[in-house]
Amino acid sequence: MIQYEVTFIVDPVLSGDEIKQTAKTYEDLLKDSGCAIVNIDEEGLKQLAYPIKKRTSGIYYIIEFTTPNGIFLPKFELALKRDERILRFLTVRLDKYGVKYNADKRAGLIGKKREKAKEEVKEEVRKAKPAAPAPKKETPPPAPAPEAAKSEEE
Amino acid sequence: MASRDDIKFLSNPNIGSQRKKYCRFKKYGIRHIDYRDPDFLLQFINEQGKILPRRITGNSLKYQKKVAVAVKRARHLAILPYVADLLK
Repeated sequence: MIQYEVTFIVDPVLSGDEIKQTAKTYEDLLKDSGCAIVNIDEEGLKQLAYPIKKRTSGIYYIIEFTTPNGIFLPKFELALKRDERILRFLTVRLDKYGVKYNADKRAGLIGKKREKAKEEVKEEVRKAKPAAPAPKKETPPPAPAPEAAKSEEE
Repeated sequence: MASRDDIKFLSNPNIGSQRKKYCRFKKYGIRHIDYRDPDFLLQFINEQGKILPRRITGNSLKYQKKVAVAVKRARHLAILPYVADLLK
């Protein structure tokens, strides 16, 4: 089984339903060609680094899929190329490291999610730290107090 | 005999000695370069959007080639610009 990843940019001028329909079309096309969809990622509206077809933004879709062979791929790419709703597309074959990277990214081990997780851990540590020294400070005063009380009694 | 530590230099003698360059991919064990991560790829291009040479980035040949491919893919998908001014 070979794993591929196709990224395409959908025209932002289309309505929300049309955009979803476009993504759905290619998902179905892949399924009909005997592919197993691994993951579909919608990155949403993003600013383009340079204008394409007089558009300055686009909606990014990433579909990962596995297939026993890549015979149908030229047909699939031709369909993308002929579609006027698609601004750009790129199909990439993933090697074993790429597959692992994407799996880790989905699990939240890489990137912004990981940083967030780290921050959460730090916050927990911060919360735990003030809690720990506080009792220590509280505990010493009671100890001298009884002594003082004793001295007063004496 | 006065050792080197005892001598007081007028200027810092460490100035001008270059730090040894290294390949960050080998050092940190990065095996895959994501072409959809512009913040990471920005480290390997100059402010005009050109790919920096190995003599500046210090990458090994294997990973410099992968970086170049990733930058080119990002450019195709309009994640990075082909030409730019004041990118950084």
